[in-house]
Amino acid sequence: MSHIARPALALAFVLGVAGCATEQVNLSTGGIYDPYEDNNRRTHQFNKDLDRLVVAPMSNGYGKSTSDGLREVFGNFASHLALPNDVINNVLQGELDAAVQNTGRFAMNTIVGFAGFFDPASDVGMSQIDADFGQTLHVWGFAEGPYVEMPFLGPSNSRDSIGVFVDIALNPFIVILQDPQQYVGIFAYILDSMGDRYEYDTVIDSILYQSADSYAQTRSIYLQNRRYQLGMSAEDLYLDPYSDDPYEDF
Amino acid sequence: MKRREFIAALSALSVAVIAPTGALALSDAQAKSLVDNVVRDINKVISSGKSVSGMIKDFERIFVKYGDVPIIARSALGADARRVSKSQLNAYTKAFQGYMSRKYGRRFEEFIGGRIEVKGARRVKSFHEVKTTAYLKGQSPFAVDFLVSDKSGKPRFFDMIIEGISLRLTEKEEIGAMLDKRKGNIDLLTKDLKKAG
Repeated sequence: MSHIARPALALAFVLGVAGCATEQVNLSTGGIYDPYEDNNRRTHQFNKDLDRLVVAPMSNGYGKSTSDGLREVFGNFASHLALPNDVINNVLQGELDAAVQNTGRFAMNTIVGFAGFFDPASDVGMSQIDADFGQTLHVWGFAEGPYVEMPFLGPSNSRDSIGVFVDIALNPFIVILQDPQQYVGIFAYILDSMGDRYEYDTVIDSILYQSADSYAQTRSIYLQNRRYQLGMSAEDLYLDPYSDDPYEDF
Repeated sequence: MKRREFIAALSALSVAVIAPTGALALSDAQAKSLVDNVVRDINKVISSGKSVSGMIKDFERIFVKYGDVPIIARSALGADARRVSKSQLNAYTKAFQGYMSRKYGRRFEEFIGGRIEVKGARRVKSFHEVKTTAYLKGQSPFAVDFLVSDKSGKPRFFDMIIEGISLRLTEKEEIGAMLDKRKGNIDLLTKDLKKAG
């Protein structure tokens, strides 16, 4: 398949699939919609095993053998490589100011920041404005859909899980560059994820291995945070626990 | 009417007039001042260089002083709070307080060298939301919002929301799962909460 046809095909796929999803469910705010819970729980167990046997030990080794500074440099680079994708989504969402800022940041950090390993742009107020295709679909009016736990990638929803594949298909580093450079971004992403796994070891362990139901905790935390990122109002959050009948909220 | 009685009646009347408005009118400024105090105490702990067990004690002190622990505990228990006795609820609340302090006090370690700044307050429904920003070493700043109410009688926070993640809702999920695992037995939950966190 040619490199140009891939995103177009993916987009058609998304519009078709997401279109179906919105017709069925439109209850994305508030509660949890998880009709595939059994499957999701199996995937969750797989992800936990993967973490315990592979990801956590590797991340620990990576974290212990590198300095904070070095991990930050790799983290900068991974974020830098995500910028063109952010810009594409900024534009698709009509956020032109964000697109301009991200583009300026990309130019500055490429030149002054040694190909993005350093981040002088943040020091002058040009911080990264994250954007992804799941968010773009939200802006375009597609509903969140059922909760999904994806193998390797973790908690998601049907809208975001489609978004992930489109982001990969649209990523200029993967579309334009040939082997082996196109794998640089993926490698950077994995290193960055391992750095995060090491950095947030305590909280990740507490959610995955110390909670009574790690699946439910992950799902709850993901949905709350994702809805917040998208600027959706969390109605259940603002229920008044002191209402006249103190139990009516529950 | 004797003078003394008249004064007593007058003061009772003034209390009756003032008390309701006084109790109802929690202002943005009062809510913000509560969170100012919380943040001042947290910042003190972060910069104290104490051991983890010391931080857990400090967190519990802050949690009890400024937080409405009974409503957070009952909220985490959800509808099940309705079917338990008062003494069971009290025992559970006390165990919950210790559990929360151990679980979150431990995390203060990650805050060392950081600081929290109070940004502003606004009214939401019958309570107030106070926005703060946490600046931690090596991380982008993130939002921490406190929900404050005076319905317990005093201004107290009843939720802390970190980047959209509510402590109260997250613990409701967790406590619910723990209770399910114990087939709804609150005494067993209370017993295990004393060791958890």
